[in-house]
Amino acid sequence: MIHLNIAPIFKKEFRQISRDKRALGILVFLPAFMLVMVGYALNFDVKHLAVAVADLDRSALSRELVERMTQSEYLELQYRLAAAEDIDPLLESGSATIGVVVPVGFSDNLLAGKDAEVQVLIDGSNSNTGSVAQGYVSLAVRDFSNRLVMRWLEKRGASPSVPVVLEPKLWYNPELKSAKFLVPGLFGLILMIVTVISTSLSIVREKEMGTMEQLKTSPLWSNEIILGKTIPYLLISIVAATMIIIVGWWLFDVTIKGSIPLLYLAIVLFLLGGLGQGILISNVAHTQQVAFIMSVFSSLLPSFLLSGFVFPIDSMPGFLQVFSNVIPAKFFLVIVRSIIMKGVGVGPVWEQFAYLAMFAFATIGISAARLQRELSR
Amino acid sequence: MKAVRELLIKEFLQIRRDKRMLPLILLAPVIQVVLLGYAATVDVKNIRLAVYDGDRSPASRAYIERYTATGYFTVVEHVDDPRDLDAALDGGRATLAVHIPRHFARDVASGRPVRVQLLADGSDANTANISLNYAAQITAGYAESIFAERLARVGGITVPRVSAETRVWYNPELRSANYMVPGVVALILMIITTTFSAAAIVREKEAGTIEQILVTPIKPLQFILGKLLPFTIIGIVEVGLVLGVAVLWFDIPLRGSIALLFGLCGLFILTTLGLGLFVSTISRTQQQAMMTAQFFIFFPFLFLSGFTFPIENMPPVIQTLTYGIPLRYFIQIVRGLFLKGVGLEVLWPQALALFIFGVVILGLSVMGFRKRLG
Repeated sequence: MIHLNIAPIFKKEFRQISRDKRALGILVFLPAFMLVMVGYALNFDVKHLAVAVADLDRSALSRELVERMTQSEYLELQYRLAAAEDIDPLLESGSATIGVVVPVGFSDNLLAGKDAEVQVLIDGSNSNTGSVAQGYVSLAVRDFSNRLVMRWLEKRGASPSVPVVLEPKLWYNPELKSAKFLVPGLFGLILMIVTVISTSLSIVREKEMGTMEQLKTSPLWSNEIILGKTIPYLLISIVAATMIIIVGWWLFDVTIKGSIPLLYLAIVLFLLGGLGQGILISNVAHTQQVAFIMSVFSSLLPSFLLSGFVFPIDSMPGFLQVFSNVIPAKFFLVIVRSIIMKGVGVGPVWEQFAYLAMFAFATIGISAARLQRELSR
Repeated sequence: MKAVRELLIKEFLQIRRDKRMLPLILLAPVIQVVLLGYAATVDVKNIRLAVYDGDRSPASRAYIERYTATGYFTVVEHVDDPRDLDAALDGGRATLAVHIPRHFARDVASGRPVRVQLLADGSDANTANISLNYAAQITAGYAESIFAERLARVGGITVPRVSAETRVWYNPELRSANYMVPGVVALILMIITTTFSAAAIVREKEAGTIEQILVTPIKPLQFILGKLLPFTIIGIVEVGLVLGVAVLWFDIPLRGSIALLFGLCGLFILTTLGLGLFVSTISRTQQQAMMTAQFFIFFPFLFLSGFTFPIENMPPVIQTLTYGIPLRYFIQIVRGLFLKGVGLEVLWPQALALFIFGVVILGLSVMGFRKRLG
């Protein structure tokens, strides 16, 4: 490997890509387009949940409870009903997420010194919305209950003040915008698709068309073929990554707090790993359809599901948490989020860098060795 | 009809010849369901907590214990200097940090409100929000018990309390899998039928064999049928597989009618095959076809259908856009059938929308395809 002759393949691949205008457009501009869509459309912010209330008690206390419940921006009183049965159809059709029934005698019980209950019905079909709704409602009821107790305490001459006041401070993302979390996360997903899928398909196409045989008979080394095939995609992906950064900053105020060269180093390492994975798949697959399924299942799905992009890894079952440690996107996302949102240097994320480098080295090394064997046959 | 049958046989032979193809087509959806069933959880558990306890009293320890007692929090670090809380968040070791001031016990006992600082890593907005809600509930519970102590001191009376008797419908344990897995049925049906029908047609273009077929007496419509039917059959088989995994492995309740579910899958397939045909008309290579399907169809569909991200949370403009996404209706149908056990009496608007989308998209695609060939 004294002298690598990658220029011929490189030129050929670039000419092939640029001849296919749509593919080039997809590779360069679509990542940014996706970012726009995802940035606006995706968020978990559960707010303005529709509440249907059947206040059967119609007392001052029951009205106070309902008011306390629905005064935050999270729960919104949308239906006042006369009967408890009217809640069911609203939940069934999805018009309301929460139903509250204040039973007859609610106020009388409390005034007589007895405990009182309100019934809460929650549409749990979306488990996230359901559990957030449950949290808000039970917090509101508890607060109301504590307020009643405080009134009693005051009457009895004991201290009516709340013992602990929480002062929450939100770091890195004070307005709690999902976009700021998801935009850095999208990097991994988009770059993975561009690299793994497009390289594996482009190599397998040569196999399908029979042009791989011609390459084999040419005086080129396996390393030369691999580099010539991958460098064009590496360059295109770097351009795509830059587009993502610009659009994220321009539309979603995602500013990079840390070092930009460091971010690009992470991007290049991650891309190399993805390219290596793409070549590895092309070694195994004989048709583009198979290459496509294998790429989707080894890159797209894990990068979406197991990388921490939207689903917190801490909440997964143990075996998946262990398994997530082979997914490069997981480590890449930690680095990207730390650099972009927290502005950290290499220090806290050097392990992740080391893993990305290892992954890239391993996939490219193995696929080069396999290709070499194939060529010498 | 005979021509279509011959084409069908040819297509299935082609699928079988590639030894990796059939296992992949059948295994892939199963893996996908299993992964999604386990991984796609937005439940917030195991919140990593860093604690600075400036008081080190039994009272402050009891307050912290309330966090761990819920099972949602794990204390990963006790720090001696409040500034180390920042480092724990910066390094990602903790996602929530509690700062308990000195004289916590003294102030609580004397009835003076104590200010406890909570530092949350807000980068994951959803997790931060839910963690803060847990903390607020824990603190309200703590207040309840302090009030009880104070009351006991002034006379031992009990004070009435209000509690919420909560019932969660359709998904009582609030399992993420119950919500996500039915959606996977829709997703897989779409990916398989659209991608493979498009790829199967474009492959003939790439190889140049489409001209050969068209000079035979086979009519374009027969060609289309011969290409689309195999993947319709495979798609239906996969729906069956995924349903099996969902019900038997994940215990997802299927409360509605299975027959209706398959019937409505048929309606949805009209749309997906139409899209596949459309993609094949505008693509010259398989790479193009797959990229087009992936980026222009699957991604918008995935993100705008309400599959993972609730449509109600989107800005109004985008909510309006989602009405143009056929998958949106099918996901509502599948979830309604699985979790709520409702039938056509509730789901007819969605079914009608799917029918209209299917007829229009498939009709236009067939017309476009025939024109290209003509």
